[in-house]
Amino acid sequence: MATKQTAAEVVVVDYGLGNLRSVTRGLERAGADVLLSEDPAEFAAADGIVLPGVGAFSEGMDNAGPFREALVEEAEAGTPLFGICLGMQMLLTTSEEADHEGQGDAEGLDLIPGKNVRFRSDQTVPHMGWNELDVQRDHPLVEGVDSVGSELPRADGPAKGGSVDGEYAYFVHSYYAAPDDDAAVVATTDYGTDFASIVANEAGNVFGTQFHPEKSGETGLRILRNFVDICAE
Amino acid sequence: MTLTKRIIPCIDVDLDEDGDAAVYTGVNFEDLAYTGDPVEMAKKYNESGADEFVFLDITASAEGRETMLDTVSQVADEVFIPLTVGGGIRTREDIKETLRAGADKVSINSGAIARPELIGEGAAAFGSQCIVISVDARRRFDEQGEHYADVDGESCWFECTVKGGREGTGLDVVEWAIEAEQRGAGELFVNSIDADGTKDGYDIPLTSAVCDAVSTPVIASSGCGSPEDMYEVFEEAGADAGLAASIFHFDEYSIAETKQRLDEMGVPVRL
Repeated sequence: MATKQTAAEVVVVDYGLGNLRSVTRGLERAGADVLLSEDPAEFAAADGIVLPGVGAFSEGMDNAGPFREALVEEAEAGTPLFGICLGMQMLLTTSEEADHEGQGDAEGLDLIPGKNVRFRSDQTVPHMGWNELDVQRDHPLVEGVDSVGSELPRADGPAKGGSVDGEYAYFVHSYYAAPDDDAAVVATTDYGTDFASIVANEAGNVFGTQFHPEKSGETGLRILRNFVDICAE
Repeated sequence: MTLTKRIIPCIDVDLDEDGDAAVYTGVNFEDLAYTGDPVEMAKKYNESGADEFVFLDITASAEGRETMLDTVSQVADEVFIPLTVGGGIRTREDIKETLRAGADKVSINSGAIARPELIGEGAAAFGSQCIVISVDARRRFDEQGEHYADVDGESCWFECTVKGGREGTGLDVVEWAIEAEQRGAGELFVNSIDADGTKDGYDIPLTSAVCDAVSTPVIASSGCGSPEDMYEVFEEAGADAGLAASIFHFDEYSIAETKQRLDEMGVPVRL
């Protein structure tokens, strides 16, 4: 496939937490023009929005408060919105994470109905490390084909089954998304229990990965390239 | 469960004569030897299948810290695997700056011993998964410990030390590991002053004692001389990750070769 000339313009939401540099660098490597922004007015002009995440849910939502309306508006308008790790959890309705401080469930963006729950206590928490993706259904994010802006050689060859199914990704989290509707689950991962490691809304434009694609080597870069493709469409 | 054991190369970074960041490696307790450029080494390990990368800032000065954050940023631009940065982190602001520079996790050692509240503050603000508590343990064969292990027929406890093992704290490593976990540490990074630089294998009694006491992931460090040493620390001590420096830096074993051997021995690794 010929390389497309129009790179997608992607806004990475800067809500004051998290490792924005890695996400930015990964997206750039995947062929995106990246704008770090805390200005909701800039979201509308972008081809896609990334909600990054390292951190705690309640503090994340507090900091993302000023962007809530703009994010929901863009998601409803069909703009691709990609949540990573905590950013993915923020796409759901609520999280148990705030319970530990007696604050009740913290409210998310409610773009994918469901709740974030903590791993059972007999497992080592956080779930930290490289674990396998078990793709449950089609979504452009998990395709394994070459895409826009590929700079890196495919050392690992084509992905199995034409998607990222069976590949390893890097996880660091203590909570996981439990969408109300199983159809929202694009991929699962086994950590004692099968949990949703990639989710998407019904329309397909709002999606997220529990793992960090920007930290998942070549598999992660492939997912970022798929995202850039989705944005460029 | 398909969570793999992680193989982690580590670089110790100091300033060279020109004030630039450079990697140094201790060889058999002798002086530190210049080993290479941090950014080049990071690139190499990123491409060679490392599961994570650890960057330890061993400078002590304020100017050193500025240069280091700059170098961390350059390293972060080259690695698409998790990056842990440690050295001199004492405040919430230090944690934030280090994460901002591109680290995914921070490793905190004496800063947390001096003020344990830092662990909880960091975990609350940035998530416990990015708070790694690092200990420099030293065997003590006296009566002052709380948790004793058997080492070659002798009973010893492990003391948290600071300043590269030169100063004791009286704190029992196992006790501290439990406290660090309770305060919100997401991972424990266990170094052994006794095993450091020996290449005779990890300190198995130490690593076992910590792994048995906590449910937080444990990174074993110090003493690795071969893939077999990693096998031992995974299988006998229960470590979640094995860290090594010189065997990788001096190309005694490649990451790929190490993982291949571990795979053959039945250890789940990401190939």
